[in-house]
Amino acid sequence: MENNVVLSMKGICMTFPGVKALENVDFNLKKGEIRALMGENGAGKSTLIKCLTGVNKFEAGEIYLDGIDGPIVNKDTMDAQRKGISTVYQEVNLCPNLSVAENLFIGREPMTKIGTVNRKKMNEMAAKLMKDLDLDIDVTQNLEEYSLALQQMIAIARAVDMDCKVLILDEPTSSLDDNEVAKLFGMMRRLREQGVGIVFVTHFLEQVYEVCDGITVLRNGTLVGEYSIEELPRVKLVAAMMGKDFDDLANIKPEGSGDKSKEPLVIDAKGLSHAGTIKPFDLEIHKGEVIGLTGLLGSGRTELARAIYGADRAQTGTLKVKEQEVTIKNPIDAMNLGMGLLPDDRKAEGIIGDLSVRENIILAMQAKLGIFKKIPMAKQIEIADKFIELLQIKTASRETLIKQLSGGNQQKVILARWLATDPDFLILDEPTRGIDIGTKTEIQKLVIQLAEEGKSVMFISSEIEEMLRTCNRMAVLRDGAKVGEISGEELSQEGVMKAIAGGAK
Amino acid sequence: MKKLKLGSNNILLAITVALFVIMYLGGCIIYADKGFTHFQTFLNVLINNAGLIAVAAGMTCVMLTGGIDISVGSLIAMDCMFLAVGMETWGMKSPVLMVMVLIIGIVFGLVQGFCVAYLEIQPFIVTMAGMFFARGMTAVICKDQVSIVSDKLFTAISNAKINIPFGGYENKKGIYQTPFIRPTVVVALLVVVLVYLMLKYTKFGRSIYAVGGNQVSATLMGLNVRKTKLLTYTLSSFLTSIGGICYCLNTMCGTTTQATGLEMDAISSSVIGGTLLTGGVGNVLGSLVGVMINGTISTLVKSNGKLVSSWANIITAILLCFFILLQAVFAKIKESKKA
Repeated sequence: MENNVVLSMKGICMTFPGVKALENVDFNLKKGEIRALMGENGAGKSTLIKCLTGVNKFEAGEIYLDGIDGPIVNKDTMDAQRKGISTVYQEVNLCPNLSVAENLFIGREPMTKIGTVNRKKMNEMAAKLMKDLDLDIDVTQNLEEYSLALQQMIAIARAVDMDCKVLILDEPTSSLDDNEVAKLFGMMRRLREQGVGIVFVTHFLEQVYEVCDGITVLRNGTLVGEYSIEELPRVKLVAAMMGKDFDDLANIKPEGSGDKSKEPLVIDAKGLSHAGTIKPFDLEIHKGEVIGLTGLLGSGRTELARAIYGADRAQTGTLKVKEQEVTIKNPIDAMNLGMGLLPDDRKAEGIIGDLSVRENIILAMQAKLGIFKKIPMAKQIEIADKFIELLQIKTASRETLIKQLSGGNQQKVILARWLATDPDFLILDEPTRGIDIGTKTEIQKLVIQLAEEGKSVMFISSEIEEMLRTCNRMAVLRDGAKVGEISGEELSQEGVMKAIAGGAK
Repeated sequence: MKKLKLGSNNILLAITVALFVIMYLGGCIIYADKGFTHFQTFLNVLINNAGLIAVAAGMTCVMLTGGIDISVGSLIAMDCMFLAVGMETWGMKSPVLMVMVLIIGIVFGLVQGFCVAYLEIQPFIVTMAGMFFARGMTAVICKDQVSIVSDKLFTAISNAKINIPFGGYENKKGIYQTPFIRPTVVVALLVVVLVYLMLKYTKFGRSIYAVGGNQVSATLMGLNVRKTKLLTYTLSSFLTSIGGICYCLNTMCGTTTQATGLEMDAISSSVIGGTLLTGGVGNVLGSLVGVMINGTISTLVKSNGKLVSSWANIITAILLCFFILLQAVFAKIKESKKA
């Protein structure tokens, strides 16, 4: 084995039923290196890590670890841990009901002479460990008393204390705020100095450049390349992950989009409101228009959409759909009027993990028809296949359980579910959150395509850039009220920022 | 000085203890004329519920892992019937039978634990099967009521009094009544103490909490979740068999309908004592207090004399609702604190 290399994976191959998940993938990690493992959803990052930690069994390839002669095979995560490969997951995998000290030492507690757990010594050891890592934590308190970020660091502390040579951080920053991320990075740098090799999996490109020394890129289960951070600036990284040039992204907005105000009205809301969530607002949406809702998180974007959709019943005002005045009492009414809503909390409100892709796709359609009218199987298959093809959903088959799909592909299935109801007006609440840049682009393209077909779309997103690319017009919200609209010339990053911030015009 | 911080779990236990004290003092005031103030009344609650205390200790461990064991009532009936028929019909000696009962408990628990831990069947279903099996087996051993009269040692233990040197009183005839407990109480309390120490100071005990807290995490942290569960269910059935012997020493008979619904008493005692059904949180001392609360309720109802004994059930029901609400409130507070 080469000097300084702590982990070397060679030619790893692995198949899931029907899908080649990894094909001949190499991965090398040096001592004291932080290496980003990048790739789109479904590129094989998680699978590669699971092969390394013994969760998945790979079919071909070899793994070498510093200090161990010959290739190693890990039976399970425990086995991997013993050899010095520790993983800290996005969701903290500790026990909230036990003390911090116990979480650090459970399974390897210091014992007294009579074979009981020496709690005093354990607490002392834990306190010292926390102090070494510069964490101000009372180790006798239950873990649940601490923030997610601290819990994550405690999880890392546990891994580090178990003499790990390779530390895998799987999307550790996705639920942390900037401050907490900075703390975590501080800890990662300290560990790097101690010679630990760190594998960092993340979706946030800027974080990669902030903390990493090298990048390994996967795409479609194959290795694109192993780079040092200098060789691969951001644009090239995105291109490597997607296999296409970054310029593709910028120019998806077709010519001739823009003013749709001559088109017939699809939604005409006057003075709609819902107590405590959204103040009275007027909103007009035309046929074939993409309207963006922008504003800070919690400014009432989702709430405005819910008021129109009837998820929160509007308490004042009138709503006209296609020139007809209507009362929407609940989402079924809205669906029957040709609306669809893709909720922002997909895990809770969206996917049903134990149903197949096909069943998930036809779900909203079925709800619209009522439970007694069965959609013929042949029709279901036809619809499912159509959308799998149209949205390029990566799945082994239409009967695969949706929980086996990657996050981005699950998102596409939900989108397909609403498209299947053939809505005239579709509300997409954060449709691109937490998915990779390639899928994002595809979804943006799809939105524009839908508008061209004459459908109206309400697009809610925190990313101004992607809104600018897709929307004809944007409504701005602040503190639970609609404060303005921007269109035409004002539709620029700067214009939107100004409108959100308010104040001087 | 070490700061004593009242976590929500401790608060739950504190409320349980306070409730017990209030209830008991209330009883002392209202039913002073019926001897409620006598120390012996308190001891009688212990004596009557010795078996249940041991069972509840095991139940608490199972519930801490997030599981449930509803086979315990039937297992007690089977134990009692086995002891009674063994002594009266088969003519076996009681020490041999008691050891056999304990072994039966271990085997019974191992089978249930294996199904739960290694075959990953719902604990409710597994122990329900165990419940039907044990109840059926009781009738197979003997369909009639069998009273224990012939075994001298067993009778002697059953009648043995352990005097307590304080808290006595003089009855109407002026004779001093020495308060006493039965050996079963000693056994039951010993079980509680040992389980308490086991939960707090052994690897196995801490693993039980870890499994109940988050099973996936416990696995990833390298704990043997399956083995922990297997041993917990085995422990539960073993302690139930100890409880069964205590129960038999109280009733001195075996019948097919013995201890019906006792599993629910054990579960409610644990819940009232602050054990969460979802696992990970709870304390065996709380369960002991829970049993005492349940026992006091029935004593109170009996002391009243006019009330039907079913009122004890209704009061227990109200208490259970109260405690479950309380737990829910604390969980909510905790959540909002975090956010």
